[in-house]
Amino acid sequence: MLKELLERFRQGYRTMPYPNDTPAMPDRFRGRPRLPDSLCEASCHACEAICPTGAIISREGKPSLDMGRCLFCADCATACPAAALSFTLEHRLSVWDREDLIIGPTMSAKMSAKLSAKMPAKMSATRKKPVDPRLRLIRRSLKLRQVSAGGCNACEADINVLGTLAFDLGRFGIQVVASPRHADGLLVTGPVTENMKHALEKTYQAVPPPRLVIAVGACAVSGGPYRDHSETHNGVSEVLPVDLWIPGCPPHPLTILDGLLKLTRGRNYTPS
Amino acid sequence: MISGPTLRLGNGQPIARSDLPRVSVAEFREQVVLSVEHGARLDALFGIPLSDKVLQIVAVLADAESGEFALTSTGVRDNYPAITPDCVQAHWFEREIAEQWAVTPKGHPWHKPIRFHRAYRPGRDAWGRDALAPIVPGVTDFFRVEGEEIHEVAVGPVHAGVIEPGHFRFQCHGERVLHLEVALGYQHRGIERALVTQPHPRILPYVETLAGDTTIGHTTAYCQAVEALADCTVPARADVIRGLALELERLANHVGDLGALAGDVGYLPTLSFCGRLRGEFLNMSALICGSRFGRSLVRPGGVSFDIEPSRAEELLARLTKVMRDVKGAVNLLWETPSVLARFEDTGFVSQKMAAELGLVGPAARASGLERDARFDFSTGIFRMAQIPVSTWQSGDVFARAWVRWLEIQRSAAFIGEQLRALPDGPLRSAYANLAPERLVVSMVEGWRGEICHVAITDGIGRLAHYKIVDPSFHNWMGLAMAMRNQEISDFPLCNKSFNLSYCGHDL
Repeated sequence: MLKELLERFRQGYRTMPYPNDTPAMPDRFRGRPRLPDSLCEASCHACEAICPTGAIISREGKPSLDMGRCLFCADCATACPAAALSFTLEHRLSVWDREDLIIGPTMSAKMSAKLSAKMPAKMSATRKKPVDPRLRLIRRSLKLRQVSAGGCNACEADINVLGTLAFDLGRFGIQVVASPRHADGLLVTGPVTENMKHALEKTYQAVPPPRLVIAVGACAVSGGPYRDHSETHNGVSEVLPVDLWIPGCPPHPLTILDGLLKLTRGRNYTPS
Repeated sequence: MISGPTLRLGNGQPIARSDLPRVSVAEFREQVVLSVEHGARLDALFGIPLSDKVLQIVAVLADAESGEFALTSTGVRDNYPAITPDCVQAHWFEREIAEQWAVTPKGHPWHKPIRFHRAYRPGRDAWGRDALAPIVPGVTDFFRVEGEEIHEVAVGPVHAGVIEPGHFRFQCHGERVLHLEVALGYQHRGIERALVTQPHPRILPYVETLAGDTTIGHTTAYCQAVEALADCTVPARADVIRGLALELERLANHVGDLGALAGDVGYLPTLSFCGRLRGEFLNMSALICGSRFGRSLVRPGGVSFDIEPSRAEELLARLTKVMRDVKGAVNLLWETPSVLARFEDTGFVSQKMAAELGLVGPAARASGLERDARFDFSTGIFRMAQIPVSTWQSGDVFARAWVRWLEIQRSAAFIGEQLRALPDGPLRSAYANLAPERLVVSMVEGWRGEICHVAITDGIGRLAHYKIVDPSFHNWMGLAMAMRNQEISDFPLCNKSFNLSYCGHDL
């Protein structure tokens, strides 16, 4: 017992004071992309051409970027001849509405229409409501069941990390639980493989309503690198209604934590 | 020792595709079976469709003594006599070939799917399943033990923790497990097929997410393969940075595993400490390339991020500090009798069994097999700087934990040495087109064990076939054997001591 206490003393107190104070991101961290401030050369499609997942669409010199598809590889930033595209250190990326993941000077109407056509009807309905009654229920205690539906284990690993003493998810009243019966919602990773679709649906059915669905990572948001594979679906929204979208490949643990805090602290949550 | 007229080549040494010998099925069988009997290991066994009717089956055998691979192949039609009855290592591979190409290995003792998808040859199926009926994962004939007091336990695909999906079927007598059968395929994303059919910009994201916790390992294996095909030599500085990243990946995962093992026996101090320390290593990877999982670092021709002197200093300072904490956290395990009592004699795999199954990585080394691709088939920096192979004899959970601890210390020492002596020079060499009609075998020792990639180009230098063998592919059967005669409550502990990849297996 004594040696454990001594070691505990030596290891020190390691829980970060997030969200009151955010640790510095490494200088090469690739967070929220910043698109060119001014118009690009209209004929230049360098960023669009190199993007592995078709996250960038450049029309008439105005590129727009879908963070939901983005793998944050920054190949576009390297390819940009004017060096006008960059990735900032901003880790707070989660949004309530899928469209909000698309950033750009102006979003082309066509792209937006294409996207909302794919959107489940329920989502746009919840958007209109001022306050989702479910969010009131989870303010002090949020229990989530995680389902990996084709993820590469990186998103899963960085969700797991939130349980360690460095992040200490429990202090926010948020907990990953073993049974969907005990859960307020699902935390889904992966594009939803055909082989996991049934298990994911059954897990969702086992969560007592009202329930939430959170899509974590590029795969869960849009299918990620596996988009349009016959073996996978293009993200969770093809199977379940999604309430919160957390992009990234994989998202940084703080990006995920920020998203979860948005849920428990409501729409007005603004971190200091 | 390899018998027969098989082609021999080194790790990352390209050959003309036409040099690949093609022998009769009987001779092929004999070459594989005899080679494995004489100590070679089956690294890969896969099919390449030559026409609608003929499938070429290629075997890659590793001869650790000479550091060479021996290759042989044969052509089969609808079926062929299975190799598995005479060579257990072919067991999983032959099931994979049957599932992908609808060719039946006749006499295979466990002729069942492994990933639950349709065959790549439309309209055909090794099991004659209806083309319209859905294929349901996990629905298959499980090995069953019959008896009045026998009961069956089914677990998964959705598990209690934050882990990937897989289905486990236990045959139990009371608490004692007589047999465990593992059914996977839930993570099947079709990567192998997509690698040769999808547009090129996606290749690196595919390779980086084969197993997201082994990004550096798999991406290095891929880059080594295509660099060999493009006749591109990686600069020394890039070789070192790749080696550093590979060892950081190993450190992060091994430290995390030791913490998780502590958690599975209810020893919370090490669990808590290691959970944080694992993150410190991931953050060191992020310091090098911005991503905790080493995304965007390894690229064909070299690496895309440099380690400048100030960054090297910062990494060294962090390494020294973190390793001090790791030592304190991990040594608690070896000083605590209640932990040792749970680790020792749990999940035993004998050396003979490990050799017969062809286990790789820490699982093989914990059963006393000196098997490490960094040593046996060294490439990159590992040709210049050797990391001693860490082994232990007892083959139990303790051995798998202890081997990890030995490797943690070796890897940390390696990183320290390399950071102090980074060679000068460029980060990337020119990398252009792949040579046509070539074949290359590329191997890297990832943290779970050897990662084997085989790349074959077509007549105009595109990838015509790409085979990926994740270490988990070899080791899942090891976990099943380790569970025999164990208490079912020890499954989480045994499972963690292997810590295998579901997505790396399912591809």
